Amino acid sequence: MRECDVLVVGAGGAGLVAALNAHKAGAKVKIITKEYPTRSQTSMAQGGMNAALGNAGEDSVEAHIANTLKAAAGLGDEEMVTYMCQEAPKAVEWLNSIGVCFSRTEESKIAQRRLGGASAARACYAKDYTGLKILHTLYDRVLACEIEVLNERYLLNYITNVDEKGKKYIGGATFLNIRTGEVEVHESASVIVATGGYSRIYHKHSTNSSASTGDGIAAAIRAGARLSDMEFIQFHPTALKNSSILISESARGAGGHLLNSKGERFTNELAPRDEVARAIDAEIKKGEEIFLDIRHLGEHFIDEELPQERKLAKLYEGVDPVHELIPIKPAAHYTMGGIEVDNTSQTVIKGLFACGECANHKVHGANRLGGNSLLEIVVFGAQAGESAAEYSKDFHMPIDASLQRRRDENFIRGVKYFTNQIDFYQKREFIGNIFYNNVGIAREDMGLKAVLGAIRQIQKELPFMGPKDKSKHYNTNLVEFIEFGNMVELSEIVLVCAISRNESRGAHYRSDIPQANDIAYKAHTIVWKEDGVLCADFME
Amino acid sequence: MKIEIKRYTTEPEERSALITYEIDEKAQTLLEALNYIKTKLDPSLSFSSGCRSSVCGSCAVLVNGKETLACSHKIKEGDVIEPLKNMPILRDLVVDSQVAYEFNKKAKAWQSSHAKTQTLTIEDEKRNEVQSDCILCSSCFSACPVYSVNGSFLGPFALTRVWRYVSDARESEEQSKIENIQTNGIWDCTLCNECTIACPQGISSKGDIEKLRSKSAMHGFMDPNFAQSFGGGFSGGFGFDGSPAF
Repeated sequence: MRECDVLVVGAGGAGLVAALNAHKAGAKVKIITKEYPTRSQTSMAQGGMNAALGNAGEDSVEAHIANTLKAAAGLGDEEMVTYMCQEAPKAVEWLNSIGVCFSRTEESKIAQRRLGGASAARACYAKDYTGLKILHTLYDRVLACEIEVLNERYLLNYITNVDEKGKKYIGGATFLNIRTGEVEVHESASVIVATGGYSRIYHKHSTNSSASTGDGIAAAIRAGARLSDMEFIQFHPTALKNSSILISESARGAGGHLLNSKGERFTNELAPRDEVARAIDAEIKKGEEIFLDIRHLGEHFIDEELPQERKLAKLYEGVDPVHELIPIKPAAHYTMGGIEVDNTSQTVIKGLFACGECANHKVHGANRLGGNSLLEIVVFGAQAGESAAEYSKDFHMPIDASLQRRRDENFIRGVKYFTNQIDFYQKREFIGNIFYNNVGIAREDMGLKAVLGAIRQIQKELPFMGPKDKSKHYNTNLVEFIEFGNMVELSEIVLVCAISRNESRGAHYRSDIPQANDIAYKAHTIVWKEDGVLCADFME
Repeated sequence: MKIEIKRYTTEPEERSALITYEIDEKAQTLLEALNYIKTKLDPSLSFSSGCRSSVCGSCAVLVNGKETLACSHKIKEGDVIEPLKNMPILRDLVVDSQVAYEFNKKAKAWQSSHAKTQTLTIEDEKRNEVQSDCILCSSCFSACPVYSVNGSFLGPFALTRVWRYVSDARESEEQSKIENIQTNGIWDCTLCNECTIACPQGISSKGDIEKLRSKSAMHGFMDPNFAQSFGGGFSGGFGFDGSPAF
């Protein structure tokens, strides 16, 4: 039986904004997450949220649009980018109205700082806890609105049915209840996917939470949705060398320098992330070690504006940035590609919507600007919530979840009988390493094809892996194995897209073809599955 | 290096034991050590983690009896690791945090309505800057001794959250927010300060509870314990520190 109008999968910033807006539009909303809402990736966003408020010097919406399109390197959708940048001041105003504790200026306005690729100080921030404070305030709002939240349920698949014209429509989703070990079916008129990105393919070379495993995206292509621009993966220039823990761009925005082993600066620290990451990568390949230097900013400034950075550098690298250089390397940070959506955030499956990092609204194109992802989750989270509520008002189709339930119950039962002759944790680490070295900042045809071969081999070996822990209750070994399966599925897609794009554009840099080729490739990579076979094409 | 971990499972029957593990010297943080055990020694070990950088609040556990984020603790020989207290254990180091989070709902820890004002001074901002750093790791909830006598106590983080909103210039209904925390709330705290010591974010819930007490007094509420000890005869005649105000 249909339990709700709008089922939101994922409870990070995008999911919570979507839920609040669907609720406001009158829909019965349910949120389901594999963790708890406040534990999501959004909590880690530090730098800020872009909006042309002009609180710290002159700025304009036009400049915000122009900067975003420039960084997107020909793959930004002008209509979507314009919409996002125009909505930005309203989005910040809304967050302020629900109580987000932004930092303030002497004139009592919301403080703004400059991030890479921006022509003005445009990122509204809350010390270096911008994402944390936004996320928690959204969660408090969800409680105030009495929206139902179900925790610790892991998405397995979407439920789809077919109408009389042969068109697929959504009917809910299936989950593994992590606590009970049972498969649960949640029927709904519409589903909003807000499950985050897939940077954890790079494993220890990613700044992301261990939960960013692309579950919602992998389930989307299995259900018949299309994905786009999956080869575009942003490497953040400054992650701590050993742990890949992020050091915020605001450290460079405030005047931090990048130095090599000789103590020389070698790049413009405030260029877009893809350029800075490439410059660092080139130095590392010359044998240099790279450091971030913020000593000249002074102890007072560092404690006031970058307190997390100081704490993390001390803990993980044993250096105090007030007195010492911070060893860094670029690490996988954000996945621009995702579930293909239209200008109402809907996918090709009727009633299936997506927002946040898992979706591709084509606002980041080939490279995302710092400060645009927190903006995206609020603007398009709201759009997805409103669209889904609107769609579900006129939804009167029957939902049959029995087939999907049976399949997923069989899978959960069967996966425990996988033979365990190969350790999937070793393979997970292995994929992270070969992806970082061959599908990372600089790529070339031969390396990409070798990795594709390795991934296809691992796909064949999956039945020889599986969870060692056979217990039913709170089996995180099982959850991690299913996450691994999703990442293997997406790895193949990233590779097929990267191999097809014979040019360099934004974050996709091919050292064997270092130029862009607008005639052939100023287009989005689209992938889908037909009878289980992966298909790829380019589309303007 | 050896560390000990308290294991707990319900399958096939309920069991609990302290198990010793030999850890790779390369593991620096406790979280790295737990991941090492899970991926190399025993995949059945259950624990929660996320960001690795002390902001997601997933990985709080007890280390030698003290609440600690696994990602921010450097392991030492002989460390004893246990799950947090005051919440049901689901498996090994994983507790049912929902039990703790429910108190945010009971405390109505949110802003009453959408605010119209866009301007806040730096002074306004500083008033709840630290309180809004809370990561909901439940360390304070685990450290609080009041739960052994009152399981309905709203608890440290939920009350800090109430202070975070009532101290905000954008909150328009202070009175009802304050009224809601009188029962099983601010007066049940013993001001023992365990929550402050446990907090990885430098928040003092005890301090916030004291501030809420003085705000309550300004709104005409008083400590029911004092009212009772005086036979309830001095209605409204007390200062916030409990001393008669006549």
